[in-house]
Amino acid sequence: MDYAQFFQQVVSGLASGAIYAALALALVLIHRATGVINFAQGEMAMFSTYIAWTLTTNHGWPYWGAFAATILLSFVGGLALQRTVIRPVERAPVLTIVIVTIGLVLIFNGLAGWIWSAEVRAFPTALPNETVDVGGVAISIQDLGTLAIVLALVVALWAFFQFTKIGLAMRAAALNPDASRLVGVRVGWMLAIGWGLAAALGAVAGMLAAPTVFLDPSMMQAILIYAFAAAVLGGIDSPFGAVAGGLMLGVGLNLIGSYIDFVGADLRLPAALLVILVVLLVKPEGLFGKPIARRV
Amino acid sequence: MTRPGRSELVKVGLFAAAALAVLFVPRIVSDFRAQQFAYVGIYLIALLGLNILTGYTGQISLGHGAYMAIGGYTTAILISDQGLRLGGHTFSGDMRDVWTIPLAGVVAGAIGFLFGFPALRLSGLYLALATFAVAVATPAVIRKFEGFTGGGPGINLFDAPGRTRPTETTDPVTFETVTEPIRVLGFEIHSFNEWLYYLCWGIALVMFALAWLIVRGRFGRALRAVRDSPLAAASSGVSLAKYKTLAFGISAFYAGIAGSLLAIATTFVNPETFPIALSIFLLVGVVVGGLGSLWPLVFGAIFIQFLPLWAQSISKSPGAPSVVYGVILIAVMLLLPTGAAGLVRRVGWAASRLVSRT
Repeated sequence: MDYAQFFQQVVSGLASGAIYAALALALVLIHRATGVINFAQGEMAMFSTYIAWTLTTNHGWPYWGAFAATILLSFVGGLALQRTVIRPVERAPVLTIVIVTIGLVLIFNGLAGWIWSAEVRAFPTALPNETVDVGGVAISIQDLGTLAIVLALVVALWAFFQFTKIGLAMRAAALNPDASRLVGVRVGWMLAIGWGLAAALGAVAGMLAAPTVFLDPSMMQAILIYAFAAAVLGGIDSPFGAVAGGLMLGVGLNLIGSYIDFVGADLRLPAALLVILVVLLVKPEGLFGKPIARRV
Repeated sequence: MTRPGRSELVKVGLFAAAALAVLFVPRIVSDFRAQQFAYVGIYLIALLGLNILTGYTGQISLGHGAYMAIGGYTTAILISDQGLRLGGHTFSGDMRDVWTIPLAGVVAGAIGFLFGFPALRLSGLYLALATFAVAVATPAVIRKFEGFTGGGPGINLFDAPGRTRPTETTDPVTFETVTEPIRVLGFEIHSFNEWLYYLCWGIALVMFALAWLIVRGRFGRALRAVRDSPLAAASSGVSLAKYKTLAFGISAFYAGIAGSLLAIATTFVNPETFPIALSIFLLVGVVVGGLGSLWPLVFGAIFIQFLPLWAQSISKSPGAPSVVYGVILIAVMLLLPTGAAGLVRRVGWAASRLVSRT
């Protein structure tokens, strides 16, 4: 085993893992607050990425300006989506809400094809396409930048939940909606903000993934599956678990794919899923989830 | 076995009437429509099975496309004899390939039953995602083991020499394929699509009756107890492990039969025959029909078969049909959060109140 090659695989695994982590974190945010898995998270991220593409390519915005504007627009969009589409079914069975998110998948996927056509496009990046030398190993700046952006975002989000009043109210609303309502927390709006934050996180994941996977309406589908896997691996109720799960999955996938011949590129995904199944069987609540105590 | 009450005899009567009506549909509609209705029958079988697991037992599965794939490939491999000689027995005429259908169900059912054991440790969303993982992995696994499954190009069921579709035979002199009507009980089945319709709906009706027998008695009550209160069920002596694994097995058996019929209907199988979307739309069908219901599932089956076609007929621009489908799906969920079954119940209440008032 070549040391340099191994190290490169680990770093590029961390970079793709960071993207899975961002999307997984979005899933966990919504799940913690409402117990719903948002199947449309990936397609919403794809749609946001198209908005960023339009801003930079068609309207000549600078990259970082478009980046920030897209995050903001996605936040507002996610918030609006919760108020208009999800809120009316809030009291319906969980599966009904899941089906509504599947409806959103179809709508966003269709809209993207309708507005921008299904053509595969290149997506700009602000990070230089060069490598830096770390102890004799060439590491791509693109990978390092992706990792840094996601980690910075995770820290910012953690600070938001830990130190701001809205963050506290959101945690309270997720933990005990009835009690929070009694002390004056507007639970409905907290859920909407949760959707907004999740959409914004997804937008970041999409914009970071697009330079490598290219922009097309189905670009986020595989990434969403990896994000699911990451969230389950880490424990679907644990934000820290989602990030750790994403990074572990990214690195694991890269190493399995390049060092086990039988697996190769075709069986990468099934192999990863098998690992996760095994993890779940040993620890059904995920690696970092809290076990649900039950006495029978 | 529970003794049938009067209301159950009424249900049996209604079932018989519906079965008769189903028989005459191909006499009224075109050959093309008969084929589409055959698919409705196939989906109905899969939905009945998924509902026993998700609706009655409360175990969410997002991976039923995988069991359909197992059923479909079982039939495809047996019919096309991909280097695998099982049975070696050939039936004549219309009955020739039908024997592979129950076998497909049994194979899928056995695998589903076995999957039920590890699934015991998971619940709720973790189970949903674990089953989803299976569905996601299926196409890649099929591609990998191409010696057995034909890989990406898949298997053409009626392609091998001397193999024809059930309503066709090869002319011994010219080697051309000629259509040969099948006669059953005075009926004459002219086309493959008509044959397909009767095959699918004949099996669907049997599977429907079977599902009713499963959920109506002691067994069904145990399943519902496992769903509503595992704790109460366990303390009344209902074995959670037994009923959950059995529900998985039965449900996969249904999916296997549906997959087998789907393979026969499309006359070929490849990894794209059983995509992830199939698993998801099966869940859509169950929720649209109504969780924990039986006959309203017909609406679910019609929904997943016809809505995409209808959406495509509305607009030809790329992406637009998908938007239409999504909007309608959400609208249905907003208006009928408990599916067609909920609507039927509400209409039933309103009617009975009206009757009792007069």
